[in-house]
Amino acid sequence: MSETFASYALVAIYSAMAVYVLAFVFFTLDLAQRSAANQKPKGEAKVDVASRATIGVVAGQNATAERGAVGVLERDRIAPSDGRTGGRRMERVAFALTALAWILHVAGALFRGLADGHVPWSNMFEFSLVSSGIVVGVFLFLQFWQDLRFLGTYITGFALVVLGVGTVNFYVPVTPLPPALQSYWLVIHVFVATLGTAFFGVGAGLSIVQLLQTRREANRLAGLRFLGTMPGAEKLENLAYRVIVVGFVFWTFTLIAGSIWAERAWGRYWGWDTKEVWTFIIWVLFAGYIHARATRGWRGTRSAWLALIGFGAVAFNYTIVNLFFKGLHVYSGL
Amino acid sequence: MSRPFDHIDGSGPQAPPEPGITQPKLGILGYARFFWRQLTSMRTAIVLLLFLAIAAIPGSMWPQRSSDPNGVIQFYANNPTLAPVLDRIQLFDVYTSVWFSAIYLLLFLSLIGCVLPRTLHHVRALRTKPPRTPIRLERLAVFQSTTLTKSELPAELNAATTIEAARAQLRASGYRVALFEDAKGLSVSAERGYLRETGNLVFHTALIGVLVAVGLGGGFGYTGQKVVVEGQSFVNIKGAYDSFTPGRFFTDAALQPYRLTLDEFDAVYEEQSLRAYGQPIDYTAHVTTWLPGGKGTKSTIKVNDPLAFGGNQIYLLGNGYAPKVTVRDGKGNIAFTASVPFLPQDANLTSTGVIRVPDALPEQLAFRGFFYPTAGQLSSGALTSIHPDLRNPVLTLFAYSGDLGLDSGIPQNVYALDPKGLTQIAGGDSGVAAIELQPGQTVDLPDGLGSVTFDTVSPDAAEGDWSHSVPRFASLDIHHDPAQGWVLLFVILGVLGLLSSLFIPRRRVWVKAVELPKGGLRLEYAGLARGEDPGLDGAVAAIAERHALSVKA
Ligand code: HEM
Repeated sequence: MSETFASYALVAIYSAMAVYVLAFVFFTLDLAQRSAANQKPKGEAKVDVASRATIGVVAGQNATAERGAVGVLERDRIAPSDGRTGGRRMERVAFALTALAWILHVAGALFRGLADGHVPWSNMFEFSLVSSGIVVGVFLFLQFWQDLRFLGTYITGFALVVLGVGTVNFYVPVTPLPPALQSYWLVIHVFVATLGTAFFGVGAGLSIVQLLQTRREANRLAGLRFLGTMPGAEKLENLAYRVIVVGFVFWTFTLIAGSIWAERAWGRYWGWDTKEVWTFIIWVLFAGYIHARATRGWRGTRSAWLALIGFGAVAFNYTIVNLFFKGLHVYSGL
Repeated sequence: MSRPFDHIDGSGPQAPPEPGITQPKLGILGYARFFWRQLTSMRTAIVLLLFLAIAAIPGSMWPQRSSDPNGVIQFYANNPTLAPVLDRIQLFDVYTSVWFSAIYLLLFLSLIGCVLPRTLHHVRALRTKPPRTPIRLERLAVFQSTTLTKSELPAELNAATTIEAARAQLRASGYRVALFEDAKGLSVSAERGYLRETGNLVFHTALIGVLVAVGLGGGFGYTGQKVVVEGQSFVNIKGAYDSFTPGRFFTDAALQPYRLTLDEFDAVYEEQSLRAYGQPIDYTAHVTTWLPGGKGTKSTIKVNDPLAFGGNQIYLLGNGYAPKVTVRDGKGNIAFTASVPFLPQDANLTSTGVIRVPDALPEQLAFRGFFYPTAGQLSSGALTSIHPDLRNPVLTLFAYSGDLGLDSGIPQNVYALDPKGLTQIAGGDSGVAAIELQPGQTVDLPDGLGSVTFDTVSPDAAEGDWSHSVPRFASLDIHHDPAQGWVLLFVILGVLGLLSSLFIPRRRVWVKAVELPKGGLRLEYAGLARGEDPGLDGAVAAIAERHALSVKA
């Protein structure tokens, strides 16, 4: 039975990858179309405030310049600059494909879990499978809050790399959990860590666009015309902050659940084991980011770089540290 | 808000006073103040946080004495020239090193310097009224207004009644309110979200609490390791531990006297999946514990499930086999009989151990042994264990005779044998084959030096059933950390503080009623965020909408 489920899982995963490739292509085509539609780069994206149903709003367009007032333009729709409403067709197709791929992806993870008889996150392969799935899931569900579809190329590309490398290079057959991993704290710990990673990942994407946008707004970036159809740097920074702060809360829980698990398993809640060190480093980096956002002279580009460094540390932790550093957490299954 | 001067919301000057520029002479006090101000600035906090992150990295690259002492020894052996250099700059003790400590102590000093004045200020702010309404609300970040002409305005409404309605409405939604009057009109000034700052202060204070509790807990606590063989007991006194690490402020009084017996150790291995065949699935130590004068209590210890007893947490860290061996000397007397813990070498529990028999006559005896729970033969002919359970247990021994050197007073590693001063009499180059035994068997030593018996501890078992023939041992980690509860408390407080400080918006809202010269009213609504507040715009709009409804109705 287990073998059957494991093979279903692989079928679902490879199908998901195929659909992700399509979604990636369509998202990229959409970027190209945005560039074409935005031949003459405009200084600022048009902001559609007409949908507001309030009387006499004098929306403080430049209010964000004022200290302390941030995110005033929440939920504003960025109107496509070619004037068409209802979004771009390419983007809609790409988004629908991403959703389809994600359903296959989740099915793959579920089958793998059934094959294992426990939650599927106890080795590198399963970890890549679940973490890329959660990244895409977070991206999909964030749409209910904000239109972040312009990150589609980045997210599907990221998911493809993680899922592809994880499945092709790190695949291991189903094995039972060693006693040290039999803990519901493990389930919580890994799950919140992955959620945190997903939010940090989306935040990093926003920060990258923010950095590009800042350069463009300073007229130092002539190419990449599609940026003209995306939110302004200030708005991107606020979005990134709010996404990353959620990630930070999850990461804090990761740290705590991890130390409770360590306390149960090894008899000490903190021992500066390699993975503990890196969880700590990431937490401290993002605490630095949050401070930077509240410090004169550190807002904007500097804090965006901090967000990227933080996410870089997360990626480093899941790849290089898992594979090459030694420590108690040697569960990569390789 | 008494936040650090370079906080984005701060009201301080853009730049700190430069010593020697803004003031001709600073003096010692001036420099101290300047230094303190720098130390407690946001910029310093960021830089120290980044330093802390960077300084933590080397601890993951080189083995640390605290978590991997053997790794350090190995590193020394592999890099004899590099290791002392790294050691000099404390790269094997990163987290207790001078430089790492300096960074986090500075950070916490900065934290205290930051949090204390803010706390005082916040306590005061909690008791003062919201600030006076600005004259020109339209200049604020979020502003909207609506005009009611004379005809639209019901007779009983005027500036005073509409503002009263606004006051009641804002109060009901949790704002703290105050009424003001200026040249233009009557207004209500409202503020909410004090919990944001409270949460921030609780969070930062909790960080200090965690640090202090961890420090004190380490100081007053202890950790120790003990290997207990099935059927044997452990008494919680210092001398009974195999290794014992007391904290700096430890006294013997911290050890509660109790006794613990390992009744049985159960290991379950994978039998179904061929791919994972023999992988451990579950370990359980069945123990009985006694307090002085009390009755025994039966409990279990599992890998992720320690036993809390006698002020200790008792963890199951490892396990293995302890073959029971009896040695008779050349005179036929029993010189040794005991279960000797053997250290596992691989996943199938091929184990090694040493047996010393100082009481043997005429010569002292020693053995270096390998134990294979399920012996199988490699193609080279050498034995290895092919399964961790007892399916075909075999003990092989190299025997030595001579002077064990126990009288020299130098402590010896119980798991290693130094062959100096000893003559090998079986195995290796001795010309006599190594001794090979299964449970229940006895072999004579060469030269009439005696005999060795590999005792079975289940003599009544059926032929070929080895399942309980060799006792197992459990290696226990025993901890006492009196501050653990405090750490947890501060962590919980910290999380609550973090959540409220990140997600509760702090904002000021004003509603002003301006009586127009020709009759009628202009109602102005404005809002100001204090810290991150993405929902301010919507909040002001909602307040205006509700207020307009209540005024018109
Ligand atoms: C151990 C080092 C520190 C850590 C881990 C840390 C962490 C954090 C975190 C996670 C936040 C966001 C949540 C909240 O607002 O409570 C924060 C906010 C803040 N921290 Fe710290 N902090 C540290 C030290 C400091 C120091 C030394 C200062 C003073 C210079 C400081 C001043 C602040 C301020 C003013 C905020 C509010 C930021 C805002 O307005 O958004 N922190 N800190």
